[in-house]
Amino acid sequence: MEFLSYLISGISLGSIYAIIALGYTMVYGIAKMLNFAHGDIIMIGGYVSFCSMYYLNLPPIVATLLAVIACTVLGIVIERLAYAPLRSAPSLAVLITAIGVSYFLQNSALLIWKAAAKTYPPVVAGAVQLFNGQLTISYISLLTIAACIVIMLALTTFVSKSKMGKAMRACSEDKGAAQLMGINVNSTISATFAIGSALAAIAGVLLCSFNTSLMPTTGSMPGIKAFTAAVFGGIGSIPGAFLGGLLLGIIEALAKAYISTQLANSIVFAVLIVVLLVKPAGLLGKIVPEKV
Amino acid sequence: MKQRKISKTNVVNFSTYLGMVIFFLVMTALSKAGVLNRSMTGLLVPICCYMSMAVSLNLTVGILGELSLGHAGFMSVGAFAGVIASQSLLDVVPSAGLRLTIAMIVGALFATVAGFIVGAPVLRLQGDYLAIVTLAFGEIIKELVTCLIVGHDENGLHILFNLTGNKTVEDLGLSDTGIAIIKGAQGTASVKTIASFTAGFILVMVTLFIVLNLKHSRAGRAIMALRDNRIATSSIGINTTKYKLMAFVTSAALAGAAGALYGLNYSSLQAAKFNFNTSILVLVFVVLGGLGNIWGSLVAAAALTILPEALREFADYRMLVYAIVLILVMLATHNPTLQSFFARLKPGKKEEKEAA
Repeated sequence: MEFLSYLISGISLGSIYAIIALGYTMVYGIAKMLNFAHGDIIMIGGYVSFCSMYYLNLPPIVATLLAVIACTVLGIVIERLAYAPLRSAPSLAVLITAIGVSYFLQNSALLIWKAAAKTYPPVVAGAVQLFNGQLTISYISLLTIAACIVIMLALTTFVSKSKMGKAMRACSEDKGAAQLMGINVNSTISATFAIGSALAAIAGVLLCSFNTSLMPTTGSMPGIKAFTAAVFGGIGSIPGAFLGGLLLGIIEALAKAYISTQLANSIVFAVLIVVLLVKPAGLLGKIVPEKV
Repeated sequence: MKQRKISKTNVVNFSTYLGMVIFFLVMTALSKAGVLNRSMTGLLVPICCYMSMAVSLNLTVGILGELSLGHAGFMSVGAFAGVIASQSLLDVVPSAGLRLTIAMIVGALFATVAGFIVGAPVLRLQGDYLAIVTLAFGEIIKELVTCLIVGHDENGLHILFNLTGNKTVEDLGLSDTGIAIIKGAQGTASVKTIASFTAGFILVMVTLFIVLNLKHSRAGRAIMALRDNRIATSSIGINTTKYKLMAFVTSAALAGAAGALYGLNYSSLQAAKFNFNTSILVLVFVVLGGLGNIWGSLVAAAALTILPEALREFADYRMLVYAIVLILVMLATHNPTLQSFFARLKPGKKEEKEAA
């Protein structure tokens, strides 16, 4: 029973990682850049929803919606101002710019909302009791898991069926060829950033409800973990990000419960290293043969 | 008389050494004259450490061409190994200079071992996958050091691995004369700070000497060939694993020596200092200075370490300004539109890269 409750908390933590990782993997797949500012968009999403619930007394659903809109706009603006001018630059230059954006967002949040942690009211309160109260599952866990599955399915359908999804796949394959086929590469990349940032906002609301606290650095560690999850599952692959996120959450929760709280992150990373050594392109990633 | 022609590489190398010597002399003169304020004087040793870190990371990122996001991990190994060595030898080796040298060598040795353990399996991976694994190793090293409790008394070193998080220094069973060196998450305690700017200067010069000589040796050319085209390089019979590992381990060892100096510059230091952000900080030096450009790394490391201090008058806004400067510099140096604009400003001349 104890194991089951750890497992469920692992799955719901993993679902949050999966949602972030889905955004990460989409952006990586199309822009071929490690967007280190992704974690900080999560934090901004958290603050926007917090403010609209705490100061404006809006219902959680409206607050979440506001966070999604704010982060989507933020994502597009960042992409246009900071990343788009560097499209032909070496990937390391874009990486450093992304780090600059990440510092910028963190320090702006520090100035606006101060360093002290805010207590975040969970968007859904309460819990369901199973097996005569031996197992308690909070509604927020259930909501997180459900949200993650819905998002994964919606995203898969969107990318494989819609016209924009097709354009995204074409751009991630070969930008030049996609442009020749009449695809607007710039707006496709913007759309990808918009989707990634919207997912980050949802993840932000769920993450803060899960941790019940919010700080300017809230997003950085989950950001890195989600990046790890995306690589774990095979970066660029949507089912891979989902699987990677879930596994990472479960491993982390079980390692915390049974091995050591102090070394939980190390165990997660050690598993990642072993997996990458055995499967160098991640669990579901394709190995692309190099052309000579 | 036949005049010896000096190659352009040699000129750049000599000016790099010369620049460093001038920097050292000017800074020493300024601090002797009392022109520098206290916070600036306090920055001199960290600047040297970061210069050394940047040059060594440039070996991995710029010359070998593999992105490493865990360079602070090696610095951490070097720092804590160096501090342990220095603190345990307090009575045996009274001379501070000698003890510092020993500490830096011990730090470098331990970092070499760590570099070998990390590098041997990991260098089989490529690109972003290699980057994420170095990131993971950096985090693992940080957490492992956080679990360490080390003390020293006349019976030798006492080491305890604090897996559950509820052990303290008392569990080491030190004798009355014993001293605690590392207290788990609280980090090193009451370290005799023996680091000096002169030591930092020597460290940077040694680092420069090793990296520049490696770069222009046969091995260095093999490493750069690997960066430019791995398949072509292996097809002409160059052992790719050997040279990759050589560059990676050398880089780790130098970071370890820099770490030892850094650790001995503060009376107390936590493992959490050497986190992902520190790795990124050093990477920023390297990229801003220019990949493979050694003197660029030196200038960027010095400028960006001083920048937050120089921005002190902005108080709360300084990190924000730092972030904006970082983004603007990256945009200015890498945007094709702006680059052609700069190129037009200087007709007939190849446009110069801004170092920082």
